[in-house]
Amino acid sequence: MSAATSWTIPEVRAALDARKISARELVKEFYAGIDQRNPDLNVYLALSPERAYAQADRIDAAIASRDALPPLAGVPLAVKDVISTRGIPTTCGSRILEGYKPPYDATAVTRLEHAGAIILGKTNCDEFAMGSSNENSAYGPVRNPVATDRVPGGSSGGSAAAVAAGLAVVALGTDTGGSIRQPGSFCGIPAIMPSYGRVSRYGLIAFASSLDRIGPFARTVRDAATVMSTLAGRDPADSTSAAIPVPDYAAALGRPLSGLRIGIPDDYFAEGLDHEVRQKVEAGIRLLEKLGCRRVSIRMPNTDYAVAAYYIIATAEASSNLARYDGVRYGARVPGATLIEMYQKTRGRKFGAEVKRRIVLGTYVLSAGYYDAYYLKGQKIRSLIARDFRKAFEQVDAIITPTSPVPPFRLGERTSNPLEMYLADIYTVTGSLAGVPGISVPSGKTSGGLPIGLQIYGPAFGEERVLQLAHAFEQAGGAEL
Amino acid sequence: MKISREDVLKVAALANLELTDAEVETYRGQLDDILTYIDKLNEIDTSCIEPMTQVVTASADGSTLREDVVVRSDVITEVLRGAPDPAPLYFRVPRVIEK
Repeated sequence: MSAATSWTIPEVRAALDARKISARELVKEFYAGIDQRNPDLNVYLALSPERAYAQADRIDAAIASRDALPPLAGVPLAVKDVISTRGIPTTCGSRILEGYKPPYDATAVTRLEHAGAIILGKTNCDEFAMGSSNENSAYGPVRNPVATDRVPGGSSGGSAAAVAAGLAVVALGTDTGGSIRQPGSFCGIPAIMPSYGRVSRYGLIAFASSLDRIGPFARTVRDAATVMSTLAGRDPADSTSAAIPVPDYAAALGRPLSGLRIGIPDDYFAEGLDHEVRQKVEAGIRLLEKLGCRRVSIRMPNTDYAVAAYYIIATAEASSNLARYDGVRYGARVPGATLIEMYQKTRGRKFGAEVKRRIVLGTYVLSAGYYDAYYLKGQKIRSLIARDFRKAFEQVDAIITPTSPVPPFRLGERTSNPLEMYLADIYTVTGSLAGVPGISVPSGKTSGGLPIGLQIYGPAFGEERVLQLAHAFEQAGGAEL
Repeated sequence: MKISREDVLKVAALANLELTDAEVETYRGQLDDILTYIDKLNEIDTSCIEPMTQVVTASADGSTLREDVVVRSDVITEVLRGAPDPAPLYFRVPRVIEK
């Protein structure tokens, strides 16, 4: 790996300012790295060199005429394939959208590009973001660059792997039940799920609308904070985006942690937690104490019900959102003698196994006679989980948990039992249901050298606090515990 | 058994999803496991709990609402470009109304 491909945002900027490299040369270097490593890692599904070089030339022209550069000038960016990019294939990792090119850009993409970022291409993911290992992509699994016999996590595995492998400086992912935080943990990089409503979902192809969020992967917490400042804020095109002012997230970094109360929920350190993950997360908590945080033991009594509630709500919303793939307006069509037969064949043959499983489950829990027993019950449990978080944040400033109960597992190791795979989402689905922000930061490694993630939850719209803690943790050597 | 083969077929029909016999059998077994697991929610009495239907409620300043103004979008050509069987200005589908 050459130096440029391991740069952070400030390093890209310094090199451009010093004219050590042009934006065009930088892009060329990243594409060379992608050519070399993508056949093995399967990180990118589509590249967008035309758009990337056009943007690079705009940045180079601005540098030549000594114009003020925007905050992300020349920063190579990877975008998860569930986020719409005008004219660039966007498949959601599915055969049903093979060849689809959106006629518009997602707001998140527009904002980053206006801030100077350069879109290199679209990253692999579990089909329609449904999965925790990236093995549900119709275009083959991604390999974890840290250990290529392992999964990178999911569903945003391609975006996490792109940043971890030096095939992008930052990447966009999406998180519905852990799909940013868990792959961040598995690939050993910081990854943040912002509060629901903090980042516009316009142009994000919907999985579960009350849960879906867009957020960044980066090599450092500071880079993640920089990207967040550009991404966040009200968007008239998304009525659920909040009109709450956006702070300068990077400015919060470096403030001392003394006196901050961190809540440790006993309920998250129960059965099913891998021994080495527990050890390293506990070491991480001790490091935060050393940095001045005060440890407070808390209870979040409804945690045990979160996975069940999540899989009711997420699949119900998915069954509704995915009704639009019917072979009429975009993507693939399998011909049929009648309209209904065409719908059934197109959906039956072009959706993958996990997507069909979730559509069947989601349709079932919404169907006549079962709505109250499942969907309504799930929404009531969701209220209780949100209440657990509200009560906790009356006592503490942040909550510390493991990101995933297990370290990265081997490709193929867990594909036979969907329920077992769902249960491993326990620490991330809680925050998804509650709507609060959460970040995963590297917290040591297993004896075999596999990354472990520590998760920091903050109150709704408390991204500043979460980033401040994560940054201090990273700077104090959290990754090397 | 919480879910039968007939339940799976009924739901697949509601969702316009063609499933093979093997898929019906696999999903029936897996959904049975998942629904059995979901039963644990009945351990909690939620009769007095309000359902949480969304995270953000309409903001106090009314910023979630906008004026209902007609604007031209002019996207027909581009949208049809992505269709599997376009017949400008329409999407073509198998006949649904007999002559």
